[in-house]
Amino acid sequence: MKKKNYGNLFILFALTVFFAILGGMLYTGNIGRQFTNMLIPIFMYIVLAVSLNLVVGLLGELSLGHAGFMSAGLFTGCLVSIRLYGLVSDPLRFVISMLVGGLVAAVFGLIVGLPTLRLRGDYLAITTLACGEIIKTIITNLKITGGARGLDTGHVYSGAKTLFPYAVVLVYLTVIVMMHIKNSAQGRAIMAIRDNRIAAESIGINVTHYKLAVFVIAAFFAGAAGVLYGHCFANVKAASFDYNVSIEILVIVVLGGMGNIFGSIAAAVILRALPEMLRGFENYRMLIYAIVLIMVMVLSNNKKVQSFRYMVTGKLKKKLRERKAAKQAKKGGEMNG
Amino acid sequence: MANKVKLVPGKSPNLFTERDAGKMPVLECIHLGIDFGGLHAVQDFDVAIGPTEITGLIGPNGAGKTTIFNLLTKVYEATSGTVLLNGIDLKGMTTPQVCKMGIGRTFQNIRLFNNMSVLDNVKAAMNHTIDYGFATGILRLPKYAREEKLGTEKAMELLSIFDMQDEAGDRAGSLPYGEQRRLEIVRALATEPKLLLLDEPAAGMNPAETTELMENIRKIRDRFEIAIFLIEHDMNLVMNVCEGICVLNFGQIIAKGTPEQIQNNPEVIEAYLGKKKEN
Repeated sequence: MKKKNYGNLFILFALTVFFAILGGMLYTGNIGRQFTNMLIPIFMYIVLAVSLNLVVGLLGELSLGHAGFMSAGLFTGCLVSIRLYGLVSDPLRFVISMLVGGLVAAVFGLIVGLPTLRLRGDYLAITTLACGEIIKTIITNLKITGGARGLDTGHVYSGAKTLFPYAVVLVYLTVIVMMHIKNSAQGRAIMAIRDNRIAAESIGINVTHYKLAVFVIAAFFAGAAGVLYGHCFANVKAASFDYNVSIEILVIVVLGGMGNIFGSIAAAVILRALPEMLRGFENYRMLIYAIVLIMVMVLSNNKKVQSFRYMVTGKLKKKLRERKAAKQAKKGGEMNG
Repeated sequence: MANKVKLVPGKSPNLFTERDAGKMPVLECIHLGIDFGGLHAVQDFDVAIGPTEITGLIGPNGAGKTTIFNLLTKVYEATSGTVLLNGIDLKGMTTPQVCKMGIGRTFQNIRLFNNMSVLDNVKAAMNHTIDYGFATGILRLPKYAREEKLGTEKAMELLSIFDMQDEAGDRAGSLPYGEQRRLEIVRALATEPKLLLLDEPAAGMNPAETTELMENIRKIRDRFEIAIFLIEHDMNLVMNVCEGICVLNFGQIIAKGTPEQIQNNPEVIEAYLGKKKEN
């Protein structure tokens, strides 16, 4: 129990360092334009991955509709932002639009969740994928969202410097909420459903209730992240948030490790930054990206690599325990003496 | 069928022990049955269990024993008959609701939450006592700390009754087989049942572990004062621990009674060993 909390503190500490470095670089102008443009999308992917991790890692269900929830939030949030432009102060406008975007996405999560969550495994994955596509198609065909040309968000466009604080707060919020859920009675119920649904029901856990709650919470954060994303472009098209994006988020979650919040954050940063860093390789860029991805997946699932990792961490833990025991023995000795 | 006695709800004649005589049975099944297509998996299952009785359910493989447990816990909905728990009809309830009503169970093939700690396995079963919602958990209101502390204390107390307090931090999936079985019982007890269903608790255990299990079963009854209904193939355990026994064959009760009565019942011997050749 205590160890887990140290793990959480470590994640928050690492995040703070990461934000401090990025913020320092951003505001002193020591960061390239290319990377400045990437910052907000990276943050968005962190939020998306961490929230999807709640569904995939904790609940153990495959959802391929996360991009759909995100774009539902994105478009409503941006529309609200456009309407409110000039009426309220900018910070209030951002907060309201993110909240509205998140809530609308949560409602979509509920609407999609109610009929589909009776399904499991592959069936749920395919159905959520379809729902994501339906949301995309609806938005593409609505007049209010600009149709196929996309929504013109030109006059609410904000640079990375303006959006950075909001992004930081959103990431913190998402991470803390996920941590708190994980270490609560509800988190235990969710993980119990993942590990054994039949046993979970037998000890009084209402599976549908928790599944729905997880879907709604994850969709809320996806929607809020979408609003953030919408503000760093002058034009957003629903067509660009298809199932490829959903799968990319899933790749981040799987790469970072199921249920591992820190892993999701690290994987989001690496996988988003990698293609940009590989620009030097030009045409071979995606090839190398794919190879790196395959290598990581294979290596992290390799029995030998795993046993090596356990050996190393086991030795470290043993050393720590010995040191602790020695300290306690010393203390006890002093007390006796 | 000599055993087809019509049961009157709340007034059952056939409790097995003197101790519970006159008390209202915790569980009553009245003509309980389920068909799978044309197959009558369980038919006319009548039983009444006193509030502190240990009752055994035995029978050859495929007799429908686990099906009865699944009927009681609403994994299946019965096609006929009634189940009364403390006089309340369980018709139309779901598995979690039945759990809240007071039926806890273990499974024939162990179903633990393998990737969670032993302590969390027990605490997961205490969600009805650990009383706070999503918002309290996320916002970490004072109630969260209070309830969690209380829950941990209760869970540790329960674990220490079964001598598992030292394993509280271990991953449930990494426990040895016997302890996994024990943890499953602890988890079922954490739901504070009035009736505990044990599905082959001694399966795969060595004689020493079985002896320990027998002690534990008696301990549970004495300490928690609940009824226990168990399926078991180990006749040593059944005959020693159970106060009443139902024998099931092809989905029907062929005998009911005390261990002595069952041991001398010709129909039971026939079901287990086959018919004597007549010449």
